[in-house]
Amino acid sequence: MRIAVQQEAFDLGAEANAFASGDDANGAIVTFTGVVRDLASGDLDVMEIEHYPGMTERALTKIAQEAKERWSLGDVLVIHRHGQLAPGDRIMMVATAAPHRKDAFEAAEYLMDYLKSRAPFWKKEITRSGAEWVAAKDEDEDALTRW
Amino acid sequence: MDVLYFAWVRERIGLPKEKVETQAVTVNDLVAELSAREERYAAAFADLSALRVALDQELSDFDASLSGVREVAFFPPMTGG
Repeated sequence: MRIAVQQEAFDLGAEANAFASGDDANGAIVTFTGVVRDLASGDLDVMEIEHYPGMTERALTKIAQEAKERWSLGDVLVIHRHGQLAPGDRIMMVATAAPHRKDAFEAAEYLMDYLKSRAPFWKKEITRSGAEWVAAKDEDEDALTRW
Repeated sequence: MDVLYFAWVRERIGLPKEKVETQAVTVNDLVAELSAREERYAAAFADLSALRVALDQELSDFDASLSGVREVAFFPPMTGG
């Protein structure tokens, strides 16, 4: 299990290649990548991501450990960036490895649902006309009730 | 104890972190003390349903006890992912 909270970009290909390699008990690997989406108006300059150093790592570790308890997983990877990102930049990725694909898919969805509203990150959208904090969505909170 | 603020709470109060000497028993007591200080605190804490609190880096509740707590953080609902 690896949790990384970092400002630098990550190499998606290298991470996916290295993840769970050498463990042939895993018949399934799922990766999810989050990308900075431009606004409908197309004028997003910067997406700024603030986080709570210390608590972020603890929260992500706890979420990953819970996933490992619920599903049969060979390995879990979570990388989440902070700082200033541009549209199209990769914000984060999760990867799960499991003997069977159902566990890998479900665990990846669980990780995403929980890290959206239980890991201390806050997004701010900066455009030429100003800056606005992204509001949490009710549907993100509701998504947790299915687990 | 250390009190930390994040995102718009930090911007509204105007600082990321401060040391607070308090006899507050619960988070709600601390919020009332801070709100009574200055308008910028009252504005940030006006609607607690729009805020979350963490005690020693674990999500908690506004009626939780502050006994033994070293670090309190206030922030809006999180938007990771």
